[in-house]
Amino acid sequence: MTVAPLAIALEGVEKRYPNGTLANSGVSFAVAAGEIHALVGENGAGKSTVMKMLYGLERPTAGALRIHGRPVDFRHPGDAIAAGVGLVAQHLNLVPSLTVAENVVLGHEPRRAGGRLDRAAAAARVRALAEQSGLAVDPAATVASLPVGVRQRVEILKVLHRGARILLLDEPTAVLTPPETATLFATLRQLAEAGRTILVITHKLDEVKALAGGVTVLCQGRVTGSARMAELDEGALSHLMVGRDLPPPPPRRTARTRPVPRVVARGLGYVDDDGAIRLRDVGFDVAPGEILGIAGVEGNGQDVLARLLSGAAIPSAGDARLDGRVFTGLSPRAVHALGVAVVTEDRLHDGAAPTLSILDNLLATRYARPPLSRRGLIDRGTARRWAQAVIDGFGVRAAGPDQPMGALSGGNMQKLILAREIADAPAFLVASQPTRGVDIAAASALQSRLAALRDQGAAILLISADLDELLALSDRIAVLYRGRIVARFAAGAVDAQTLGLHMTGLGPSLDGDDHDAVA
Amino acid sequence: MSLDLVAAGTVATVVVAGTLRAATPIIFASLGGLISELAGCINVALEGVMLVAAFAGVITSAYSALWFPDAPLWLHPWLGCAAGLLAGTALAGLLAVFHLELGADLIVAGIGLNILAQGLTVLLMAHLTGDKGSTASLTSFALPNLRWPGMDGVPVLGVLLNGDGDAGHNVLVYGALAATGWVAWALRHTVFGLRLRAAGENAEAALAAGLPVKRLRYAGLLLSGLLASGGGVFLGMGYLTLFQADMAAGRGYLALAAVFLGGHRPLGTVAAALVFGGATVMAARLGLLAVPAEVVFMIPPLVTIAALVLVKQHQRLAARRRAAAGRATLLSS
Repeated sequence: MTVAPLAIALEGVEKRYPNGTLANSGVSFAVAAGEIHALVGENGAGKSTVMKMLYGLERPTAGALRIHGRPVDFRHPGDAIAAGVGLVAQHLNLVPSLTVAENVVLGHEPRRAGGRLDRAAAAARVRALAEQSGLAVDPAATVASLPVGVRQRVEILKVLHRGARILLLDEPTAVLTPPETATLFATLRQLAEAGRTILVITHKLDEVKALAGGVTVLCQGRVTGSARMAELDEGALSHLMVGRDLPPPPPRRTARTRPVPRVVARGLGYVDDDGAIRLRDVGFDVAPGEILGIAGVEGNGQDVLARLLSGAAIPSAGDARLDGRVFTGLSPRAVHALGVAVVTEDRLHDGAAPTLSILDNLLATRYARPPLSRRGLIDRGTARRWAQAVIDGFGVRAAGPDQPMGALSGGNMQKLILAREIADAPAFLVASQPTRGVDIAAASALQSRLAALRDQGAAILLISADLDELLALSDRIAVLYRGRIVARFAAGAVDAQTLGLHMTGLGPSLDGDDHDAVA
Repeated sequence: MSLDLVAAGTVATVVVAGTLRAATPIIFASLGGLISELAGCINVALEGVMLVAAFAGVITSAYSALWFPDAPLWLHPWLGCAAGLLAGTALAGLLAVFHLELGADLIVAGIGLNILAQGLTVLLMAHLTGDKGSTASLTSFALPNLRWPGMDGVPVLGVLLNGDGDAGHNVLVYGALAATGWVAWALRHTVFGLRLRAAGENAEAALAAGLPVKRLRYAGLLLSGLLASGGGVFLGMGYLTLFQADMAAGRGYLALAAVFLGGHRPLGTVAAALVFGGATVMAARLGLLAVPAEVVFMIPPLVTIAALVLVKQHQRLAARRRAAAGRATLLSS
């Protein structure tokens, strides 16, 4: 048996940031040429730092990197690109106002005399690359007009255009639907068969299982396990990834009584400033103690729906009622006072103020009321004790209430946001992507909290791109496509594949507009 | 009848030629502002750059005549021009170092440099000439005018091409037109333009594509300094032939407004600069009547504010119309 030459090798790599944070310590692992290797671990385990070092965005403070057997010292991405390494970042790094072709060739542009950009040659190159790799794109399209799945293809084309032999992908499926994910995996397998080496970060067990030939687990900056997939079953892999067995998923609500719905939405519509209809005739009921899941590819109206229900936007048509009282069209504060809580989709931007302390972030929804507010002043002592209690009660890994929110990992930040929102025992919770980009253990904890809130009688609208999560938690699921609800299912009556078809508009259309057709 | 037409045409072209002349410094500065803005670094120091360039140009041309009395006369203004461009670009370079190397906030550093330029030019002027108001006591030089031959007495076209009084237009008026064409072309069609815009719009993407983002931003700021210096040199060696304290008189800020008013596009930016130039001409015309000077001076900034508000209002109304149309479709479906 011949041993495949190593494409990537890390030997005792350490990364200590100037502020003293130790992101990686003694990290060693290797990836053979032509292998698809998964790098897994909880948030803050140092996976992204490994990627950054391999791509020249960070430099290791100790240890050695080898690419194709040769020791390398990347000072900036240009060095990594020259060595044949390409990165497909989690937050896609494209310039929205430029075309697909311009984005792909950026940095390696075909030129004509006088420093002019050769647009025709650029388009031709992109077309040829797209054909070779099976990544269909229109070179002349403006990136801003493309859906996320296509943008990711552009990103991969960009990396291939630079002649990358090694592809680094940071959570590539986080924004994709199941069919898009399947397409991506097929492409990655094809690229690996053609001799390219692929290192992929993921949180999802089934993806590791479906895609990778080998897996390396990071925990708190160190390698805690490394294995060939053939030697592992999912239980062993899960154990390896989390370091302990996960609690079973929270049980679905079993009582099938149909009490009076707590939340009733009818005919919700929204038109944006450009006159585009973003949401059209959306209606649903949510009963107390019930979770209604909303599935959909990003950009099909979920964000708008969440904004309407939280008071951040005013519906152009229709309304939603909580216990019979209309709460859409009110200010966010009035909506909150009525008992509606919101976990926003973008936790860094809308959900929290990253530069402020944990304490200040927790105060955001209740600073104006007793017991935290006394005669117009904030009672810092009481607030601090409460914040510490929240940190302890939700198992948040933080130094204390004064730590800046932005210094926390995604999972810990999300726990605090959820804690803040459910502190007042809301009657209705709108949770958008509550576990996106969160490690498995934290996701599991967050899901248990949602289930507990449901069991206390709250109505929950769960908007999620993670179909496994929707299927595990929801009592019913509705699918949004192009701003409409195109399908409704009772839990247990549908699988991820069927949902995926409806999410991409390929499912049989819903007949009639009967909101209670399936309930 | 036809004589009236010619007269009206002549008046119109006088206004056009005057507008072009008044707009030239703003066009230069706004093109500079546009380039640095597209590179992701707003250049608030355009005002200071213009002042420093005007001052260095005037002083150098005057001293050139003192130092090299035997040199041909045409040399002095061009030496001044070169010194002005160099000095203004150097000030922009200083801003670039403050921001890109030392991490200073662009707005604060830019305003600081403007204040520095204001004080420094007056201090040096007082030191060199003993006058804090202007360099009238020095003999400084203007850059030459370009005059189209054979246009004597040709109605309308003669005035347009050679200006009111048939003296021709200053070489930098043509320079501003050429700079407009070059900037528009370079941003759209060159690799440099593509990279500059990419670095400005999404620095992370540009970095990931292996582009030297910092160097591109240096290029953006230095180019913006060079262009704005062209405007400054024109003020001291074309528009007037001396340096006056605070002679940029807010044109650097107007230029920034032009960048935003023009929607970050070269031709839009230059169109906005022309509007501001027109306001200056109007102010000068009113100055001939018995209108108080304070009112006259208010016109260019008032036009700026009015233009910014009107454009925004127009966009908002258009958005509201689109939204209303969308709502109608939503409700009728």
